[in-house]
Amino acid sequence: MNTGGRRRRQDDDGEFRGRKRRRNESIEIEERFESLIVRLGERSNATLENNIEGLAEVLDTDLAACKGKILKILCDCFIRSPEKCTIYTTLIGMMNIKDYSFGAEVVEALAKLLKEFLKNCDWYKASLIVRTLADMGNARVVSLTSIVQLFDVWMCSAEEPDVPQVRRDLFAYAVMYALPWIGKELREKQSTDFDKILARIHNYMGNRSRVHVDGLRVWSSDDPHPQEEYMECLWEQIQKMRGEQWTEKHLLRPYNHFATALNGGSVHSLPSIIPPPHHNDYRYPKPRVVFRMFDYTDCPEGIILPGSHSIERFFIEDQVAHVVYYYHDDRKLCANMLVSNPYFGKIPMEYVIVEVVMGGLFTLPRPPYLEVFYGSLLIELCKLIPATLPQVLAQATEMLFDRISTMDPDCCERFVSWFAYHLSNYQFRWSWDDWVHVQDLDPLHPKAVFVRESLLKALRLTYHKRIVDLVPKALSAFVPAEFLPHFKYMEPNAEALPLYGAFEHLFAAIRQKCSPEEALEVLGKARLHDDAVSGVKYTPSQIELFVQTLLYMGAKSFSHSFAGLAKFKDVLKQLAYSEDAQLCILRSLHTLWKDHQQMQGVIINKMLRMSIIECSAVANWIFSKEMTGEFTKMYVWEILHQTISKMSKHVTKVQNELREVHKARQTSRQPAGQNQDEDSDSDGEQEQNDRAESVNEEMLEKLEEQFESAQADQKNMFLIIFQRFIMLLSEHIVRCDTDGRDFRNWWYYWTLGRLKQVFMMHEEQVYQYKDTLETLLFTQELDHNILQVFQQMLQEDELRDAVLLVFANKQDLPNAMSAAELTEKLGLRSLVGRKWYIQATCASQGQGLYEGLDWLSTELSKK
Amino acid sequence: MRGSDLSAYRDQHFKGSRSEQERLLRLTTTLYVGNLSFYTTEEQIHELFSKAGEVKRIVMGLDRFRKTPCGFCFVEYYTRLDAENCIRYVNGTRLDDRIVRADWDAGFIEGRQYGRGKTGGQVRDEYRTDFDPGRGGFGKIVQQRVTSSHSPTEGGTDEKLDSEPDVAPPSKRMKTSHVEVDEQGDRASDDLAIPIDPPNPLSRA
Repeated sequence: MNTGGRRRRQDDDGEFRGRKRRRNESIEIEERFESLIVRLGERSNATLENNIEGLAEVLDTDLAACKGKILKILCDCFIRSPEKCTIYTTLIGMMNIKDYSFGAEVVEALAKLLKEFLKNCDWYKASLIVRTLADMGNARVVSLTSIVQLFDVWMCSAEEPDVPQVRRDLFAYAVMYALPWIGKELREKQSTDFDKILARIHNYMGNRSRVHVDGLRVWSSDDPHPQEEYMECLWEQIQKMRGEQWTEKHLLRPYNHFATALNGGSVHSLPSIIPPPHHNDYRYPKPRVVFRMFDYTDCPEGIILPGSHSIERFFIEDQVAHVVYYYHDDRKLCANMLVSNPYFGKIPMEYVIVEVVMGGLFTLPRPPYLEVFYGSLLIELCKLIPATLPQVLAQATEMLFDRISTMDPDCCERFVSWFAYHLSNYQFRWSWDDWVHVQDLDPLHPKAVFVRESLLKALRLTYHKRIVDLVPKALSAFVPAEFLPHFKYMEPNAEALPLYGAFEHLFAAIRQKCSPEEALEVLGKARLHDDAVSGVKYTPSQIELFVQTLLYMGAKSFSHSFAGLAKFKDVLKQLAYSEDAQLCILRSLHTLWKDHQQMQGVIINKMLRMSIIECSAVANWIFSKEMTGEFTKMYVWEILHQTISKMSKHVTKVQNELREVHKARQTSRQPAGQNQDEDSDSDGEQEQNDRAESVNEEMLEKLEEQFESAQADQKNMFLIIFQRFIMLLSEHIVRCDTDGRDFRNWWYYWTLGRLKQVFMMHEEQVYQYKDTLETLLFTQELDHNILQVFQQMLQEDELRDAVLLVFANKQDLPNAMSAAELTEKLGLRSLVGRKWYIQATCASQGQGLYEGLDWLSTELSKK
Repeated sequence: MRGSDLSAYRDQHFKGSRSEQERLLRLTTTLYVGNLSFYTTEEQIHELFSKAGEVKRIVMGLDRFRKTPCGFCFVEYYTRLDAENCIRYVNGTRLDDRIVRADWDAGFIEGRQYGRGKTGGQVRDEYRTDFDPGRGGFGKIVQQRVTSSHSPTEGGTDEKLDSEPDVAPPSKRMKTSHVEVDEQGDRASDDLAIPIDPPNPLSRA
């Protein structure tokens, strides 16, 4: 038995080894192919055409063995390196001549991939495949008729009624995105059909809503560069290209070299690809504007930056943007890929890269990636191109600074944050002397604000003396104060303060590690004479005494402060018994740490987390009278946004928990029902199930309550914020009007910008309460300047909305579902934030049809 | 430097099996941060590291005897994703002119905030022979040897040594020079190839 076993094992081993060897060999070949294919088009001694021809030869010999792998590598390459699209289509074209079936398989694989991307809402990759398939027409792999058909299907999706514009845009854009590659060929060989497609795009662009564009612009002025919406810009570029007979000087088109040979191959038709219909859960690409800051006059003489409407500008920006997208989670690789762009030396690439990266950072409403990604990427780029990039970046900074008075306040903040961070990596070296003139400006002028806030942010990353040494004397008024506490009981003559005795007690008690109860006892005695009558639980002076003493004793670092807060959490919770008391805590914190903005933010965040104070109190505090002087400073808004986000996170968390329980209940019910059918003796089990269900039911109720109260809190907080904004802005406008001054001063610019920022940064959350906000606050009587900001947000969101009209038809038939039943079955009531309408109709008699359509037309005209 | 990848470094003091360590490193939201200046404060670290996500806590690394910062810390985030973003975008950039190095850590345990060197600080600061003003001058053992025998190891340095305080209290800021030292000598670092002085000041001059 033993021997047999051993022999068998030996046999197995032998066979296994053989297989392994074979597998190793094929893996080796595959890896070699992969490297050959991936590196095709890189610099080499032979011409590109020779390399393509050679590789087509090599691949063809081993095609049978590893066709699947080669297909996969090619598909990956189209996504990873779309800038080499034409090279790969030529390669496939050459292989298609030798082996007709291989061409067919590539087309099939790409079509399959396209369907997959569409199914997964991977819209960008889908449009890359559409473009690849179009370019296959140039390499004679895909028939021009079927490319036109594909465009036709996509345009039909773009023309589909009653779906959000963002969805329709993406299909129209995908067609436009492919046109520069195949336009010439289609114009020459399919001109009638091609003209029809172009006319449809033209028509589409003409009827598109543009209301959202204003809100997405980085600058309020179009001087010196107009900020175009991304589709309009591409359409301009394409029309210009069309005017030039679809010629361009940018793309390598190796298939032209092999034109005669390629014409000998046979073309394939695309299988029919129908995009999946719209679904409410689909996320579509957000509209954006093209960020431009340079033109050829900004670049050094010799190499010319393509004009804003030339197709070459589109090609190069698209390439850079793709690298940023594809490699954003590896900043070093990303920088390396950007630097290896072959157009260095032909186009001022440094300018294009800086423009695209800055464009990402300044994207409204939010940048696609973390702000620090853009900052760290620029640092890597400075390392890789030390001779030129830092200068271009400095030039960009100067230009942004010069144009800052028309910059969106939210972008100003990102600019400040980036600038301070960047300088912190380069010893804060900057030609500060150039900016000395800001001292003569209005302190709220964006340039003055920029310098002041940049120094504040810089100080957070270094130490005070360094900033003092760095800044020219003329700017010394802009140097922030050192981060020191202002504690009145430690100042000279503090003994004269009425509560000084109590302070000494408390200070000694905390130092001797007293318990929270003891601290409370000491504090209880700290009542002033007239306080005794007021009857409140804790007087403002008691609250101030405790909060400031505790925080002062923890002043050494955040951790020290946190330790104090944690130890005396219960005391603080007692002190924070009412909203007024919470405001008092915030005021005490603010007075103590008025020079340490970061500390204020961190402590408030901690107290929110510890449920010592509530979000609404923070909102009230920020808009309170005492904060008027701080109102335009950036840290205040940092705190407000942090507070709003905290609230949103809480609401989302409860909502998700609720959803989970709902789901669990549904799944647990089904098997319980089945069990009953199968086995009638399972009373015990049934009971257990019932019990579990009642527990679940209880939990569900509790969660629902929690969710409702969280939403009520959130709504309340937003109402406070917007009501205060409206009050302040309206008061300002009225006051200026009576004084005969223009209300559009810098205070107004910042405040209105902040209002917009709250809408933009938290739009999904705010949008839930739009009806309440509309009826209570943003009413038609409001000054139109303020109202406009609100309406802009609504319009932006409505781009994503479609209205839904349901006809409950055949009402004349006896077994037709009623409108109410249908509402239930379709789950219409669960559609959040979407307008819907159900109409009972009987089409054969024309009943109800017009009523439904009337509703639809009023809804659509509202847009 | 994709965020979720682990580096080759493993903490040799980890209590537990290698596979357990690996498992924890793949789940953790805590980072070990090295090559800090002794003068860098918790506030500065908070400011920089918050750029990747909300920081849950920072534990400053302390000299075991003096209880003063000794050039490292632990930064804990609330989520793994934020910690990954920190590895992606903050690791390898500068704070107080030093390249900060962030690496996954299996999680802070009380006691780990102290330096493991004989002299109380980090091991790397014991035998260093370079002069790093951000990290207490020369290596501690080197300093002790030099001061006890009064014979400088390198010519022309004894003056400097005598006037150099052992470790300046962190409250007194000393302008750091631009010496770049990597946290763990054996940790692979491409940043070390960068010249000592940052070559790209953002200025037109």
